Amino acid sequence: MAGTRKDKQLDRRWIFLLIFMGVAIPLIFTIGFPIETTENVRLVNEMIDKTTKGSKVIMSFDYDPASKPELHPMGMAIMNHCFEKGLRVIVVALWPMGVQMAEEIFSDLTEKYPQVIYGEDYINLGYKAGGIVTIQAMGSNFREVFPKDMNGNEIDDFPILRGVEDFSNIGFIFSLSAGDPGIKQWVQVAHDKYGVPLSGGVTGVSAPAILPYVNEQKQLNGLLAGLKAAAEYEFLIETPGTATSGMDAQSIAHLIIIVFIAIGNITYWTTRKKVKREGEK
Amino acid sequence: MKRKIPLIITFAVGTLLILSEFIPHKPFGRLSGELENWFLIISGFAIILGQLSLFKVNIIKIKRKTPNWQYFIITLVSFMIMVLIGIFWGTEKNPGIFGNGQIIVDTIGYKPFDYLFHNVYQHLQATMFSLLAFFIASAAYRAFIARTVESNLLLFAAILVMLGNTSLGSSLTGWLPHSLSFLHLPRISEFIMKYPNTAGQRAIMIGAGLGIIGSSLRIILGIERSYLGGK
Amino acid sequence: MESFFTHLGVWLGALFTFAIFSFLYKDNPFYKIAEQLFVGLSAGYWFVYTIYFILIPNLFDPLSQDLAHNWIKLIPAILGIMMLMRLIPSQEWISRFPIALIIGTTSGVFFMRYLKSDVLNQLTATMINPFTGNHWGEIIGSILLILGTLSGVIYFYFSKKHEGSFGVVAKAGIYFLMVSFGAAFGYTAMARISLLIGRLQFLLGDWLGIIPN
Repeated sequence: MAGTRKDKQLDRRWIFLLIFMGVAIPLIFTIGFPIETTENVRLVNEMIDKTTKGSKVIMSFDYDPASKPELHPMGMAIMNHCFEKGLRVIVVALWPMGVQMAEEIFSDLTEKYPQVIYGEDYINLGYKAGGIVTIQAMGSNFREVFPKDMNGNEIDDFPILRGVEDFSNIGFIFSLSAGDPGIKQWVQVAHDKYGVPLSGGVTGVSAPAILPYVNEQKQLNGLLAGLKAAAEYEFLIETPGTATSGMDAQSIAHLIIIVFIAIGNITYWTTRKKVKREGEK
Repeated sequence: MKRKIPLIITFAVGTLLILSEFIPHKPFGRLSGELENWFLIISGFAIILGQLSLFKVNIIKIKRKTPNWQYFIITLVSFMIMVLIGIFWGTEKNPGIFGNGQIIVDTIGYKPFDYLFHNVYQHLQATMFSLLAFFIASAAYRAFIARTVESNLLLFAAILVMLGNTSLGSSLTGWLPHSLSFLHLPRISEFIMKYPNTAGQRAIMIGAGLGIIGSSLRIILGIERSYLGGK
Repeated sequence: MESFFTHLGVWLGALFTFAIFSFLYKDNPFYKIAEQLFVGLSAGYWFVYTIYFILIPNLFDPLSQDLAHNWIKLIPAILGIMMLMRLIPSQEWISRFPIALIIGTTSGVFFMRYLKSDVLNQLTATMINPFTGNHWGEIIGSILLILGTLSGVIYFYFSKKHEGSFGVVAKAGIYFLMVSFGAAFGYTAMARISLLIGRLQFLLGDWLGIIPN
């Protein structure tokens, strides 16, 4: 039928091209919109700031390259902050690619923190399957779950793991989570069963469903949600990185989507009016 | 027997784990701890099963010459290459059966397994998921129409959150005086996420949680048996 | 030589990035090849990592180094091999035993964890005094939180017809859910755009060198 909505709709490849340009151009010609911090990000920052120097903390890398643009900058900022505060980081992974993600971050930070020694201030224990059941096993017998580090060395050889039998002497746990298993399982076990302070970073997709855990029960001490939160954290620790440089492109892309929504609505309502008028005739 | 014994195992194991929550002492605590360790090992075999299944399914598709069967050869070849180089020379710090392949590392900068991961796999996966950015923009244009009260609420919440989650949003309303700071886009976005979104998501969480508790109980008691499969 | 392979790696990354992006124009053989390559490499990666990070340290090493103390690990080893019988159609029934253990363990854990975290703690977090906020916005928000959670839960109660005052409350629940879904869309759009930003940062930075890394 002539003048129907489908005829009036733009070929989607033009939308694809506009989105591509909308992201690429601000990356090349930066605008420099200011970054403002939000409450949830500040809560995470405060939790790390208040942790005693020398405390052992667990960072769980539960993501893969698909979520790297959002979670990698968070991981970089958090590990950076931990080393700056003199915290000792124990890395675990519930997703297999998380192991390599952690190693990439650590190798990028070794130049800035040459005093951080593997085995004393940092260790990567590698990947374990089993999700929530494995986290529960860690909480009752950590050394049984991780008898060796990612390089195949016995964990008894490392000073950082002395006295670590379960979660009882862990300062906090931070999960960088792209899905299942991830932060939800850490909340259910590490915090709700073992009472360990917990926080995390999630992709934008998971954020709305995880936010209810930021509550009076302190199931989560704040939450980093998406690339913007990563940029806010970089701002708080005064170390701009890839998240900060992506903010301009994020803004323009969102504006383009909103414009398209407006155009779609205008097209729909004007076409509907026309069809109604033609029907009445 | 082929169905009765698994049902008994499910009941025994499920009940043990629930009891160990209330009685963490011997023998329940010890038994549940042992079960959790076994779970980890069996999960490893389950993952191996998944990959071998994929291998088997692709072989069948090639044998039967299903449409586009030639592409499945690529799946099999890339799978075999990744597994063989991983077993022969290992991963980053884990040696394989031929050691650490130091000559290869000195030549290409990585072990072959890690080289493929960093330079091929990472890019393939990241790009595959980044395609969604285009589709979400296209879907928003076509489907996001303000027709009813519900769709209006959805639309306006989406727009406010999208603007509030960018530094552009901060700039658009950054000039507002302190008395009107509640209209600042990032504040509005934070309010929406902290209160109405949390309320809605919490309702979903409680409903889903009750559903999962019900399903778990049905499985433990043997009412739900679909996991056993056929005869 | 290492430098050559580093550059080759970047070009391979760019090539496969464009192979996947070509799908946006039209489905084509380059995309199909890249897609199947991704599937194969992914499966191979998981296979290798499972061996090195789970089976070797948690099973083979304890059994080979100290069988006397670790003999009990023979049980999950046998169960694991029984799991693999699923590949042989005539022996598929053998895999039911380890599956039963997995399902039983998961059900037992889920029962307690979801009850505590997703039901009891969420209900407790809703039972707040809304009038203790410092700012009128917090007070209104807390009231909305309580009303929204209650009406949302009432909406999901399908054992009673949604009519009369019950229907009004359920309708309010839908409105709160719609706001949630809108917020979820906003965050999803942000997430997806972030992934595209990551890809373009690689293409413009690492590959073309137009922007700093």
